[in-house]
Amino acid sequence: MAVGLLNGPPLTVGRLAGRLARLLSLLVAVAIGTFVLLAASPIDPIEAYVGADSASIGTEQRDQIAERWGLDEPPLQRFTAWAGNVVTGDLGTSQVFNEPVIDVIADRFMASLSLLVLAWLLSGVLGFALGLLAGARRGTWLDRTLTWWAYTLASAPTFWIGLLLLYVFSVSLQWTPVCCAGPIGALPGEISLLDRLHHLILPALTLSVVGISPVLLHTRQSTIETLASDHVAFARSRGERLPGLVLHRVARNAAAPALMLQFAGVGELIGGAVLAEQVFTYPGLGQATTTAAMRQDIPLLLGIALFTAILVFIGNLLGDLAHRAVAPQTREQGGDASRSESRGELRDLAREQVTP
Amino acid sequence: MSLDVRSPNGPNGANGPNGSAADEPAEQGAGPRTARWRDRRTRTMTSLVVALLAVIAVAVAGTWANGPAGITDLAARNEGPSWDHLFGTDRYGRDLFQRTLVGLRLSLVVGTVAAVMSGAIALVLSLFATVGGPVARAVVNWLVDLFLALPHLVLLILLAFALGGGTEAVILAVGLTHWPRLTRVLMAKGAETTSADYVALSRALGRSRFHIARRHLAPHLVPHFSVGVILMFPHAILHEAALSFLGLGIDPGLPAIGILLSDSMRSLSAGHWWLAALPGLCLLVVVKLIDRIGEDLRLLVDPRSAQL
Repeated sequence: MAVGLLNGPPLTVGRLAGRLARLLSLLVAVAIGTFVLLAASPIDPIEAYVGADSASIGTEQRDQIAERWGLDEPPLQRFTAWAGNVVTGDLGTSQVFNEPVIDVIADRFMASLSLLVLAWLLSGVLGFALGLLAGARRGTWLDRTLTWWAYTLASAPTFWIGLLLLYVFSVSLQWTPVCCAGPIGALPGEISLLDRLHHLILPALTLSVVGISPVLLHTRQSTIETLASDHVAFARSRGERLPGLVLHRVARNAAAPALMLQFAGVGELIGGAVLAEQVFTYPGLGQATTTAAMRQDIPLLLGIALFTAILVFIGNLLGDLAHRAVAPQTREQGGDASRSESRGELRDLAREQVTP
Repeated sequence: MSLDVRSPNGPNGANGPNGSAADEPAEQGAGPRTARWRDRRTRTMTSLVVALLAVIAVAVAGTWANGPAGITDLAARNEGPSWDHLFGTDRYGRDLFQRTLVGLRLSLVVGTVAAVMSGAIALVLSLFATVGGPVARAVVNWLVDLFLALPHLVLLILLAFALGGGTEAVILAVGLTHWPRLTRVLMAKGAETTSADYVALSRALGRSRFHIARRHLAPHLVPHFSVGVILMFPHAILHEAALSFLGLGIDPGLPAIGILLSDSMRSLSAGHWWLAALPGLCLLVVVKLIDRIGEDLRLLVDPRSAQL
């Protein structure tokens, strides 16, 4: 990874190895835990697969399906077989989509990626800019409105906001399409970029709501703190005025925690995508998750659990790297061991307080 | 719960990220407090009581509406809001206001159970980590990381699925997954306190572990714990609504808010906006009320703001 670009204390091979070992231990635990949970589920996968016709199939057919899926073997054996395949990159076959799980995840994730990235950028840029604004204009009606708005957004269910946007822009004004990732009936290859974007706007807007409040509130806080610091007082005494102060003295200080929060919020973003994609019937990974759970597609659920765990880990890692690269303080402090804990705590507190 | 970077009388604005209410110190410092209702403690207490009463009223009204909410009136289907039906009616002519109230009560029940369960888990684990030495700490840390390794909603979907779906499965799933962050906060607080000088002194004076835990540790942890548990409510409620909305939660026959909203999607294109807008708005208001309670409580019990 981009270790060479870092200005902070070098991310030594040892430290990186430690992190990877931790990821591995967590992934193994996630795999075992998920497998146990799904195996212990009282829902009969065959009945769920066949659906309403389950009364009409005989025991023979039932046994055939069980044999085909390997359900006739004891759980431990099933797990070792599955885990052995996972190590070689084979996540099994999705029962609902009738395709290899890895292909389903890859396809769906590519569809979700544009949504996730757009929403991530939107919430980051908007949250950061508004946070700077609120912090610089602290105590004014603008600050009060923005803060109130951020807290309200944090308390609002994502999918409800999606429904409201859908009603206003797609149903009433008819500016945006009601569903899907492209015009109905069009083949995936034929959809133009403009069409894609058109179908992406509302879901991305809905999804960005998840991330705006933590970034806004934190940026506001660090702006207020930095504006009260000595070096800003000094700059002020030399005649610097507010916009310049905020841009040159404050923005960088506030950027580090904001970036870290944004990356640490990847998990929330994926959770939000599950909901946003459900509202807008957007065929991404989130919708695949819902479908897999609704229709008891255990291999797909297992694959999605592992995949999203890796995404969350990468998000946290990138967050730490970005923090290290941007925050001027970390360069002088040498080690990061003492800070890492407080940073983790900061992240937790921020998330705990402002994102449901 | 707030960051501890601020000094007691630090520069203005050096309060935690959540310090909106603590953001008016100027008002405090200026002038004598003329009337009793103007001091912040009284105001906070009032707002706390009002919010609490409002939440209780919702719970009571939800119980009262439980019967009438199921009455169908096919002559009055899909009617917009009016004086007869404040929130309008759904496609079976059921009164949406009453259904919303029942749904909100359900949300409160889920929130309570989840907060109690997760609160208990967080308390046990953080105490274990604080008194159990470095190994216990590492174990709890790893467990916290494990539960935070998946996106929360994905974890909830897995758990709800594993528990067989339905109302009880959702309540359990929500209750079993909201402890990690509070655990981490309590652990950090506990570690900070036990490494403080006065605890070392107390130990040197021969005080028992129990004495230290009760006299030195508990006073620091109890405020964080109680506020943390209350602030768990909104998360739990919103997660329950999300699961129900996806169709993986509360039994579809019950009028949970998530189910009302997911039903509303069918007739949104027909212009029945009230079915989506009003129940969601009510959920938002309830969540904000509980947030208010937690925030007010924090101001009252946090030693840094309690005297203001």
